[in-house]
Amino acid sequence: MSLFSLLNGLTFAALLFIVASGFTLIFGLLRIVNLAHGALYLFGGLVGYSAAAATGSFLAGIAAGMGAAALLGVALDRGLLRFVRGFELRQVLLTLGVAFVLNDLALVIWGGDTLTVPMPEALQGAMEIGPVFYPKYRLFVLGLGIFVFAGLWFLLHRTRLGALIRAGVDDPETIEAMGVDIRRVFLGTFMLGAALAGLGGVIGGAFLTLYPSADSEILVFSLAVVIIGGRGSLVGAGVGALLVGLLNSFGQVLFPELAYFAIFGPMALLLAFRPLGLFGKAA
Amino acid sequence: MKRAALWILVAALVLLVLPQVLPGYQVSIATQILIFGVLAMSIDVLAGFAGRTPLCHGAIFGTAAYVVLYWTTVAGGGIFTGVALGVLAATALAAVFALLAIRTSGVYFLLLTLALGMIVWGVCLRWTGVTGGENGIRGLGRPEMVADHVTFYYVTLGVVAPVTLLMWRFVHSPFGLTLRGIRDSETRMRSLGYNVPLHLFLAFLASGFFAGIAGALYAIFNDYVSPSTVQLTQSVAGLLMAITGGIGTLLGAFVGAGAIILLENTVSAFTARWPIVLGITFIVIMIFAPEGIVGRIRLLRARMRRVSSP
Repeated sequence: MSLFSLLNGLTFAALLFIVASGFTLIFGLLRIVNLAHGALYLFGGLVGYSAAAATGSFLAGIAAGMGAAALLGVALDRGLLRFVRGFELRQVLLTLGVAFVLNDLALVIWGGDTLTVPMPEALQGAMEIGPVFYPKYRLFVLGLGIFVFAGLWFLLHRTRLGALIRAGVDDPETIEAMGVDIRRVFLGTFMLGAALAGLGGVIGGAFLTLYPSADSEILVFSLAVVIIGGRGSLVGAGVGALLVGLLNSFGQVLFPELAYFAIFGPMALLLAFRPLGLFGKAA
Repeated sequence: MKRAALWILVAALVLLVLPQVLPGYQVSIATQILIFGVLAMSIDVLAGFAGRTPLCHGAIFGTAAYVVLYWTTVAGGGIFTGVALGVLAATALAAVFALLAIRTSGVYFLLLTLALGMIVWGVCLRWTGVTGGENGIRGLGRPEMVADHVTFYYVTLGVVAPVTLLMWRFVHSPFGLTLRGIRDSETRMRSLGYNVPLHLFLAFLASGFFAGIAGALYAIFNDYVSPSTVQLTQSVAGLLMAITGGIGTLLGAFVGAGAIILLENTVSAFTARWPIVLGITFIVIMIFAPEGIVGRIRLLRARMRRVSSP
């Protein structure tokens, strides 16, 4: 396949990884399946759009989008999910209700038009890579995806906070007995996961645009990534994002009307052999 | 037993007299409740009896609707063949979904069925040559014989009543009991020698078959189908109806369908923000009444009996 499709697939994979890593972080560590994750993506992206349009600064947009998504995440965790702790299915369905509310709220506030987050001037235009001219911005997204992967890996495996999070997953009671306020650690994780959705929204909103059904589309892609990669695995999310991104890119070239099959066909096949995903472990 | 027979008699009478007293528009709402009641029951077969909560029934339901309308308009076929093909397509789709999903349970099952349902939505949206893309498929109008609201209501009732009876028999058959056993303890059923995956597969198949019947009825009722018929909202609304009525109560599905559809119609008269209301309803039910209306009534009655008996 052409280099252009390959790069398209890689950059889309980077965006998917940013969004799906937040999803898998919350799913894996807190055992909460947050189906409002797509709505957080859309909401964060739209807040980022407004902030970037108002201030003229892309960075301000990113900060606003991440902040808004993180705040919504806290409100969701503290305000609603606390009432259904321990009931997996009720939690999922509750977040689904939240997704509906947020999506419709976004429609009320921003209207149904397609919006594009303004990208900074330095990232506009294309640059030459070998035989093709490729948009600089998409390359920036690719770099950011790699940066987020490295940052999260470092956080989880090389810092005290990361150690606390991993320990809290295995045995929250012992950690609490040792004097650590594990609820705060979990809340922080939830905020981080939500903020990653917001980051994805702003970044993605600049090259994929934001529109009313963008939330469910990105949610399905993230689900595919997490289902393929396995719950809570950072490496799994990375591999899953690469697979989904590349399959999507090539699928769109080969059979544009049925591109969805190109992604979900292999996913279904994989599940037949590994129901918990490539890197998933039984709970 | 006598009391149950009395209840059925009363319900049958009410359902038969209803269109004679209601104005035309409300008769069509009653028809809608009957159709979605079947969809909600089909979800309950899996969620309430097999312990697998699905989020793909909107897609199965919508596939039947698409096939019926495609057959009657684009292919120019008859309505009865169309319905048969629609139900067949829905059952076939359910078979594919089942093969992929029955090995999972709990949240994984939910996520996987959600993703599978979204594929159908994506295909309906993008395969414009066949599905008409975002415009959907508009029918040629209801057939002459069922054109008016009241007649169509009776036809729907004539289909829904035996289907309901069939489903009631299904979940209370030895097969249905086995399903409940699987819901409560899969390992126990396996060690007793039951073929758990086969039972789940057949339950999914039956559930898809019934959802297909609801979808085919809906296609004739609505005479129009678009990607919004197969989208996640539809699966969620169906599940919400089943939950509102009471998971595992089967007939609660009609109570749930009635509650949600009446709520939708009331809310829509005042505001276009139905998704917000739907979302909030979902949140409130999950927090305060996860056992649903019929489930709650059963609990209260059981409690009263316990208070009065000793």
